[in-house]
Amino acid sequence: MNTVWVRRTALLLLLLVTVAAGACGKKKPPIARPIPPPPGGSTTVTPPPEPPTPAPEPTTVPPEPVAEDTIAAGSIDDINRNSPLKPVFYALDAAEVDADGQKVLQGNAEILRRYTTWQISIEGHCDERGTAEYNLALGERRAVAARNYLVSLGIPADRVKIVSYGKEFPFDPGHSEEAWSKNRRAHFVVTAK
Amino acid sequence: MPQKPILLILILALAYAGVRATAQAPAATGQQRPQPSEIELSITGEPGAPPKYAVPDFIALSPDPETAAAAKTVAAVLWDDLGFEREFYLIPRDTYASIPPARSLTDIAFDRWRELGADGLVTGTVQKTANGLRLEVRLFNVRARQSVFDREYSGPATNPRFFAHTVADEVHQQQRALRGVARTKLTFSSDRDGERVQGTVERREVKEVYISDYDGANQRRVTVNRALNIMPTWSPDARSIAYTSYRRGYPDIFISLIYQGTLQTPMAAGGTQNWLPAWSPDGTRIAFTSSRDGNPELYVANRDGSNVRRITNNPAIDTTPTWSPTGAQIAFTTDRTGSPQIYVIGADVLNLRRITSESYCDRATWSPSPFNELAFVCRTGPGYDIKIYDFASAQTRQITFGEGSNESPSYSPNGRHLAFTSTRAGKTQIFTIGRDGNGLRQVTTLGNNYTPDWSK
Repeated sequence: MNTVWVRRTALLLLLLVTVAAGACGKKKPPIARPIPPPPGGSTTVTPPPEPPTPAPEPTTVPPEPVAEDTIAAGSIDDINRNSPLKPVFYALDAAEVDADGQKVLQGNAEILRRYTTWQISIEGHCDERGTAEYNLALGERRAVAARNYLVSLGIPADRVKIVSYGKEFPFDPGHSEEAWSKNRRAHFVVTAK
Repeated sequence: MPQKPILLILILALAYAGVRATAQAPAATGQQRPQPSEIELSITGEPGAPPKYAVPDFIALSPDPETAAAAKTVAAVLWDDLGFEREFYLIPRDTYASIPPARSLTDIAFDRWRELGADGLVTGTVQKTANGLRLEVRLFNVRARQSVFDREYSGPATNPRFFAHTVADEVHQQQRALRGVARTKLTFSSDRDGERVQGTVERREVKEVYISDYDGANQRRVTVNRALNIMPTWSPDARSIAYTSYRRGYPDIFISLIYQGTLQTPMAAGGTQNWLPAWSPDGTRIAFTSSRDGNPELYVANRDGSNVRRITNNPAIDTTPTWSPTGAQIAFTTDRTGSPQIYVIGADVLNLRRITSESYCDRATWSPSPFNELAFVCRTGPGYDIKIYDFASAQTRQITFGEGSNESPSYSPNGRHLAFTSTRAGKTQIFTIGRDGNGLRQVTTLGNNYTPDWSK
């Protein structure tokens, strides 16, 4: 491949130089007729220095498919560690999926349509401000709300399990609104691929 | 791995065997001696004040250090136990130093105890035997210089505290016709082991089920499955603990027969999710929450899982059941009006009525008779406080007042106390408190501890 390319470039350069050396034939279109290279004095300048320049060409080919494979190629733990499935967040004491949540779920549905073998579990989580007992039920409703929306987007219900952890597993152990807002969520876990 | 639970079972079985042996001993040897007449039996204090009791170290009749230690332990624990019901005033043990210790039960310095203000003196002897320990216990009416309680106990030496608990319960019974709780136990869940749940990317701490004596002594781990094990509750016969476990990846109800080491999952049906079990007072049925029909609802089933009956039918959340003492009614939490509130429904699914109208209430627990009240938690600010609703007067009173967050109340079997969790001392710990809001005691100190339940 390379040698062919070098030869062609050299030929092209030779031609250009010849035309320049002729310094006249503006009217003549530079038809590629590489027949007899005129043995002028300028011929010595040409081929050797130029070849190293052609960098751009190879870059156009490889990158995209490689990135796609890394998602599917990792272990399930790898997928969950840097999950393409994003969490849905909820208001205090509420289990309704709001507009932001719907957007997130549309993105998650997109991923699930691409990886049709993935099975997922939606975990319902709550912040620490509710009671441990009631939060088990509230987390359940949050997970159910997220699943119902996914199913409405065409994801088969049998790919989606749900489990409520109430307030047992906070993502942020803090006691501020910032921590609480992270902990009121439907969290997506890939369980099989 | 398999040895661990077996070892635990063995320990529990031995402990239980010991308990049975000691529990039966006083019945066998107890009431044979002649007792003074009824009038003199009851020790009284100054008019309008509780009688004052002193409990000096028991007399060690055997020279070995184990007996000496037991003589001290029994007295210290008995002092605690007798103070717990707040029927007697217990004179602090560090004020006895000036009184010469007795060498025998006929050598009591009654005058000196009278000077100290004691109305009653509880003391006794501890002797080593082939099978453990033998105790002789007296309660003296100090003014009359007369023994009003004269019993003998024998049992294994492994847990001297249990002798004290037995004596305390019997003294309360004799002096006050009161069922003491010194031999009852608590169960709760704890993250103290700091172990990590397997199979998750995030770091998640396990919670395991524990049991302890009512005063927090003898804390023992019951579950060893490194998952979430929460909301344990004693069967009425105190031989089983039902709890919610995620060991199969979702919440289900497990019953651990702790003295046999066997496990049952009676509610498991086709992967349905079940949680928050509550035993009926006779132990034959279990009420619980399940999402088996798509929404958190209340169900009742027989203990073996048969005869499942749905109690609630509402698109709202219905959860956290507790039985009335006769088993005829169930109090529970529902958010059908928007926020969680306490309701009561007949076990026959009739007569639904609302009890609370506050911002947020949960975890009702029905008192045993003779009281007829519901303890529950209410959001009172950033945290929760414990309130009690009295059915007779339809009045609600508050027990805790914003010191930390106070949750998950559970009645003692005599209805006079509540176990609950509080963050008032930092982490979440278990405390006990009188139903009048007095007599707070901290039970746990290790890790965080949650959802206590008091044996019946």
